[in-house]
Amino acid sequence: MPGTQLNVNGKSVSVFVDDPNVPLLYVLRDNLGLHGPRFGCGLGQCGACTVHIDGVAVRSCVMPLSAVRGKVVTLEGLGSEARPHPLQRAFIEEQAVQCGYCINGMIMQSAALLRRTPKPSEDQIRQELAANLCRCGTHLRILRAVMRAAET
Amino acid sequence: MDSSVNRRSVLKMSGLLVVAFSLAPRFTIASASVVAKPVTPDLVDSYLAIGRDGRITVYSGKVDLGTGLRTALTQIVAEELDVPLGHVTLVQGDTLLTPDQGPSFGSLSIQNGGAQLRRAAATARRALLERAAVKFKTDASTLSIRDGVIVGPNSRELALGSVVGGRMLSLKLDQNAPLKSPADFKLVGKPVRRLDIPDKVTGRFTFMQDFKRPGMLHGRVIRPSGIGATLVSYDESSISAIPGIVKVVRIENFLGVVAKSEWSAIKAARQLSVEWSAWGGLPEQSQIWEHVRHTKILKDDITSNRGDSEAALIGAPRKLAATYDFAIHTHGSIGPSCAVAEFEKGTLTCWTASQATHNLRKQLAAMLGVADESVRCIYVDGAGCYGRNGHEDAAADAVLLARAVGQPVRVQWMRADEHGWDPKGPPTLLDLRAGLDADGKISAWESELFIPSGIAGFVALVGADHAGLNSLGQLSPGGVINDLAIPYAIPNVKTTAHRLESTPFKPSWIRSPGRMQNTFANECFLDEIAAATGADPLELRLQYLHDARGEELLERLAALSNWRQRPKPDRQGEIVTGRGLAYIKYELVRTYVGVVAEVQVNTQSGEIVAKRFQIAHDCGQIINPDGLRNQIEGNVIQTVSRVLKEEVKFDRSMVTSLDWGSYPILTFPEVPEVVMDLIDRPNEVPWGGGEPTAAVVPSAIANAVFDATGVRLRSVPFTPSKVKSALGRA
Repeated sequence: MPGTQLNVNGKSVSVFVDDPNVPLLYVLRDNLGLHGPRFGCGLGQCGACTVHIDGVAVRSCVMPLSAVRGKVVTLEGLGSEARPHPLQRAFIEEQAVQCGYCINGMIMQSAALLRRTPKPSEDQIRQELAANLCRCGTHLRILRAVMRAAET
Repeated sequence: MDSSVNRRSVLKMSGLLVVAFSLAPRFTIASASVVAKPVTPDLVDSYLAIGRDGRITVYSGKVDLGTGLRTALTQIVAEELDVPLGHVTLVQGDTLLTPDQGPSFGSLSIQNGGAQLRRAAATARRALLERAAVKFKTDASTLSIRDGVIVGPNSRELALGSVVGGRMLSLKLDQNAPLKSPADFKLVGKPVRRLDIPDKVTGRFTFMQDFKRPGMLHGRVIRPSGIGATLVSYDESSISAIPGIVKVVRIENFLGVVAKSEWSAIKAARQLSVEWSAWGGLPEQSQIWEHVRHTKILKDDITSNRGDSEAALIGAPRKLAATYDFAIHTHGSIGPSCAVAEFEKGTLTCWTASQATHNLRKQLAAMLGVADESVRCIYVDGAGCYGRNGHEDAAADAVLLARAVGQPVRVQWMRADEHGWDPKGPPTLLDLRAGLDADGKISAWESELFIPSGIAGFVALVGADHAGLNSLGQLSPGGVINDLAIPYAIPNVKTTAHRLESTPFKPSWIRSPGRMQNTFANECFLDEIAAATGADPLELRLQYLHDARGEELLERLAALSNWRQRPKPDRQGEIVTGRGLAYIKYELVRTYVGVVAEVQVNTQSGEIVAKRFQIAHDCGQIINPDGLRNQIEGNVIQTVSRVLKEEVKFDRSMVTSLDWGSYPILTFPEVPEVVMDLIDRPNEVPWGGGEPTAAVVPSAIANAVFDATGVRLRSVPFTPSKVKSALGRA
């Protein structure tokens, strides 16, 4: 079986799957060992699995591998501990994490927003994150972190 | 990061390295010596090890559920031993290595777990100085520890590690070991940044859901169509086209699939053709409160009884009565429950995000019919855990599947498994009555709570139940009768908990169990009394509180919220605004919280918008003020969600609210502002902060809605349809 070519975090990779309709999430997590995107609902309802495809935030849990066109970026590709993305730095500055399971989606969704709208209002951030669920109740810190990142 | 060092070290100590971690551990302990490590609660070595390099390993039975506990416990130990924060590593919830300090629940992890670690560190500190004194040929009182180095006369220095030399301390935990003075604290009481956050925001943190073992397979379970339905038949040929299926596992009514890939397991669980028996043993949801009221009462727990409330009520010239109910809730962790199980040479190792690994060990051992010593449970951080959710059940599923295939198996629940089969916060019903004397003073207070029997015991494991195996399960709703008694000095009081034989769904504790529901009723009813007597809600509480610390807290709340100068509500107009106040002394013995909620009510749509919460909070000594703020914000936002939106829906067979569409939670546009005044008391004992604020949120919202509209909401959740209905009746 030929491998499926993907561009993930700036690198070309070949993945071997037995079902071309496997959601991208499982390819990233299980085949490529990228744990930034997480399984939350499998229904596109919570945002924990969010990745970028050509800079647009998508729900990888409902994105079949066969439909992926473009460059995939995960939380790991956004920045690292040594070279964090401004959002990652801002989330640390604001201590905007409780359990952190949803944080991948919060950062990836916000990164897509900042790309389109570099200086969003608080209301724009709230609307952008309306479909990203957090159960711990870290919302206020997340808002502050996104606003902080937008200022840098 | 320390967090991942921690996990790597755990893996290393298990004697089995995992390929997923490529970085070398910062410290190592040989497996053989690890096995000999004590875990009994009376020994210092159970809690602490001091390496030759002076690094401290802390063994904590309490685990970080996403609360920041790892950082707070690290602060406590580093402070007491005067070592840098980075020299302390925490091993959490490993039944082979960590003492059983009880489950991480009840806002007790700092209060109890932290206190034990502090004593262990203080005992160790004294012994280290005494041993160093021998080497220095001086008195221990002349020695101190600075940044992990013992400093003696003439600035002579001795590395901490060299005093112990990698050996055990062999000391009894001494409750009287001298503690460091809070005046000298450098780490405790400071907003130290959480150790786990950098890894969590860069995708490098390993959650339970990310954990892998060599040769690991993926399992998924297929649950019955009804809670009590039995398995009639299934057809394996229905999944024959799916590649990589290893086995379909059936044990009585337990059904699962194991596959080489996660996606194949998921597809197989969805596609497997299964027939279940018809089962319809649940009550009609529309009749839930009649059902609760008529459930058989096993016994009554009288949680407080003073004076003669019955006679006082009969004699009262004015009486009030109200009934409150609180819906069934799900835990709703964003990451569905997950576990990995592996059998090797007759022993089971289970990696789990359970809040109670020592208890889970006993339950898994019982399920397998083996001795506890044949089971090791190791905690790995999961998604936020707010009580006994599905992690233990996912563990049982993984264990049953791993046993059946003889290889390590990872099970992660799907969203519908989580919403459908996690144990639920039980439906809670309360009747309250009060008598007022001729002067409007409260002469009598009575309450009756209808709540399932049981304590925070073992909740039966779903998979074990389905497989017909004993997992020590009992009806275990949590400590749900706490805070039924009230903190107010009313002369005649009787509070009664009717302990019910059953409840529609297997219950468990969700953040502030019982305390939240009981405080909802108590603090709403007190507000009703205030309105009935023309008293201000704050002044009424101050009048009946005989507790200086509580009174100080309420005054701080009044100042923070400008309560006495607050605007009068204008009840005209489509959108009206109101403010409500509530207070708790948690379980009547610890953390004090007062809150003022500000809400807007749309009188046409019935929609409530929680605008702002102002909170005064006194949990004694604060370990990490920013961590505490994070917890308090979370308490408020999560509880606003529960109060305004959440209710498990069901038909006669099963939960029907199986996703976030049918069980919505609060979203970003709806999140209120949270303002707080933290009262730090460095010389007092530290109490918990993970729950108490949650307990006052429901009543504060209800009281604010009354302030805005003149209408009482007595049924959680306060959905727009209920609000409209209440407004229509007003």
